[in-house]
Amino acid sequence: MQFFFEVLIGGLLSGVMYSFVALGFVLIYKASGVFNFAQGAMVFAAALTFVGFQELGVPFWLALLIAFGVMVVLGILTERIVLRPLVNQPPITLFMATIGLTYVIEGLAQGAWGANVRGLELGIQDEPIEWLMETANISVSKFDLFGAGVAALLVTLLALFFQYTRIGRALRAVADDHQAALSIGIPLQQIWRIVWAVAGFVALVAGLIWGARNGVSFSLTFTALKALPVLILGGFTSIPGAIVGGLIIGSTEKLAEVYLGEYVGGGIDSWFPYVMALAFLLVRPEGLFGEKHIDRV
Amino acid sequence: MKISTTLIAVALLAGVVGDTMAQANEQFIGLPSYRVGAYAAGGSGIYGGWIDYMTLINERDGGVNGVKLSWEECETEYNNARGVECYERMKKKGSTGNSVFQPLSTGITYSVLDKVAADKIPLVTIGYGRTDAADGRVFPWVFPMITTYWSQATTMVKYIGSKEGGLDKLNGKKIAYLYHDSAYGKEGLAVLEKQAQKYGFTFVPLAVAHPGNEQQSQWLKIRQEKPDWVILWGWGVMNPTALKAAAKTGFSREKMVGVWWSGAEEDTIPAGDASKGFTAAGFNVAGANYPVVKAIQDHVYKKNKGNMEDKSRIGSVYYNRGVVHGIITVEAMRTAQAKFGKKPLNGDEMRWGFEHLHIDAKRLKELGAEGFMPDLKITCNDHEGSGKVKYQQWDGKQWKVVSDWIEPDREMVRPMIEESAAKYAKEKNITPRDCSKEG
Repeated sequence: MQFFFEVLIGGLLSGVMYSFVALGFVLIYKASGVFNFAQGAMVFAAALTFVGFQELGVPFWLALLIAFGVMVVLGILTERIVLRPLVNQPPITLFMATIGLTYVIEGLAQGAWGANVRGLELGIQDEPIEWLMETANISVSKFDLFGAGVAALLVTLLALFFQYTRIGRALRAVADDHQAALSIGIPLQQIWRIVWAVAGFVALVAGLIWGARNGVSFSLTFTALKALPVLILGGFTSIPGAIVGGLIIGSTEKLAEVYLGEYVGGGIDSWFPYVMALAFLLVRPEGLFGEKHIDRV
Repeated sequence: MKISTTLIAVALLAGVVGDTMAQANEQFIGLPSYRVGAYAAGGSGIYGGWIDYMTLINERDGGVNGVKLSWEECETEYNNARGVECYERMKKKGSTGNSVFQPLSTGITYSVLDKVAADKIPLVTIGYGRTDAADGRVFPWVFPMITTYWSQATTMVKYIGSKEGGLDKLNGKKIAYLYHDSAYGKEGLAVLEKQAQKYGFTFVPLAVAHPGNEQQSQWLKIRQEKPDWVILWGWGVMNPTALKAAAKTGFSREKMVGVWWSGAEEDTIPAGDASKGFTAAGFNVAGANYPVVKAIQDHVYKKNKGNMEDKSRIGSVYYNRGVVHGIITVEAMRTAQAKFGKKPLNGDEMRWGFEHLHIDAKRLKELGAEGFMPDLKITCNDHEGSGKVKYQQWDGKQWKVVSDWIEPDREMVRPMIEESAAKYAKEKNITPRDCSKEG
């Protein structure tokens, strides 16, 4: 039973890591209806920029600020060059544009900083908490707990931002109905720029956490793959959904790998979350926290 | 107007003729490299070292017996389709066509396996590709040289045995095999299972799904199974993730042995302190103090003709692996020139050179590569060579050699190679060559 709990806790904490990336997808989808395929590339570019400036001798907080600035500029340029010319185009066109954007961001980041794999230290050791190990023989990583704390803080900040600020309310209005929001004078393009900048900030935080865990390399772009089943499960428009979806996916994939993996040759944690998400779609197509879509005909 | 037009035409013609004449005495080598994408870190290091070695031969020696080396890179991004496209694009380049294809990718290797025989271009796969291609009777155009995955797996067991006080001490021990869940990762399974039967240790295979950036379940299993050793058969992000996860689980890195695609600076540096004590296999070692690497710095970098943007990577595992690629290619060319004359060689002639390649200890010393790579002798029957592997340990800052060259368990591996190659020959309706009749 102790081992079961260890797997479960480890899975829940891993799920929080997936939620980081899923949050970026949710923000952009919520405000503009665009499924941003480039979110994984943004995570990679943000982390690489941060580490790149640190290598140049820039102090931690300044490098963080510069990397955030770069992500804001990237968001603004994306809105100006990619999204604005495609206003009123079908969602699939915008989705295809973000696929192209993925390759551009990946190429620019590698072109600017090189293809070397880098280490990233945030000062939190990725090792078990000793007293938990000694008292209950359960291994829980300090770093994973730190990641969960950062996720909780990020979600709280985003929830407050959406709920209580003027921009947040405007964002929600745009998400509900573009035309109606425009008709009452909400500047759509400015809202898009803000939401891409916020998604850039979320990508930076995700990049730092994942980068500190596994190193800063091109593989950070693959983190997006982990976010997709989380989104399907939690719903594309819900911030709490991204967190709850992450927790469910993280825990079930770990339990499945440990208890079922050996019967099917192992390595099932890559596809099991997708099977779960697809099964869930059959029961609740809009996801756990997604908005139910009703069309009047 | 007419005069100037004529002059331009003459100048252009002279340029074209000059260029063609220069090409006529150059050996063209197509390089299907990858410098962007997921595996760019490995690609840029290996192809950088390889190009630097060829530049050294041109700058210091004026080419190979007067034949200058020329090359062109084609970006594959480690993608099979792009690799095939590069193969097709380069195969007719140069005065004799592309003389050798080395894609540094098992996937691309499989994709062009049938093409190379038809086009008569040797396919050289150093440290990757199809292990059974070591049977030169069935695969005359393929050269998985120096050592193969199967040979390496047996040296891993020998290395672990040496740390336990002898191979007989492995009886009753438990070894976990943490592998990339792909054809590459599964290469080690069969031979390690056989080794487990031979030496009496318990073998625990644990698959990690691509790309390997999440391994918590596997390490929880390791915590539960409590193996004595873990063999890490990873690639890319899977390696630093495994090292970090081992630290998190409290598993000693001193008890982890990695495959040669887990044993580069690119694998250990991202994992920081968690990498300290980790040991990995290699058919080349790290270090910039070898005479061959020093010669590159003297004759290439001092003239600002080096390929590496980041000069701190000179002497790294991947960079030196590229130098090994360069040495083998140039030495095969030298061998072939001894038979066919000091001229640019076509693929068929280069194939002969590879098949008669013999780099012994004396030659390694002359090349400035003593201890840098193992000796090897290729024959019609054996396209592998020595199969020898060395082990290096990460001390927190750099790799330190901790073993001599370890011989593989040939008695076990060679029959497996022949059995697998015979099966392939039957499937493809290939009649194996009679090596006693080969020149």
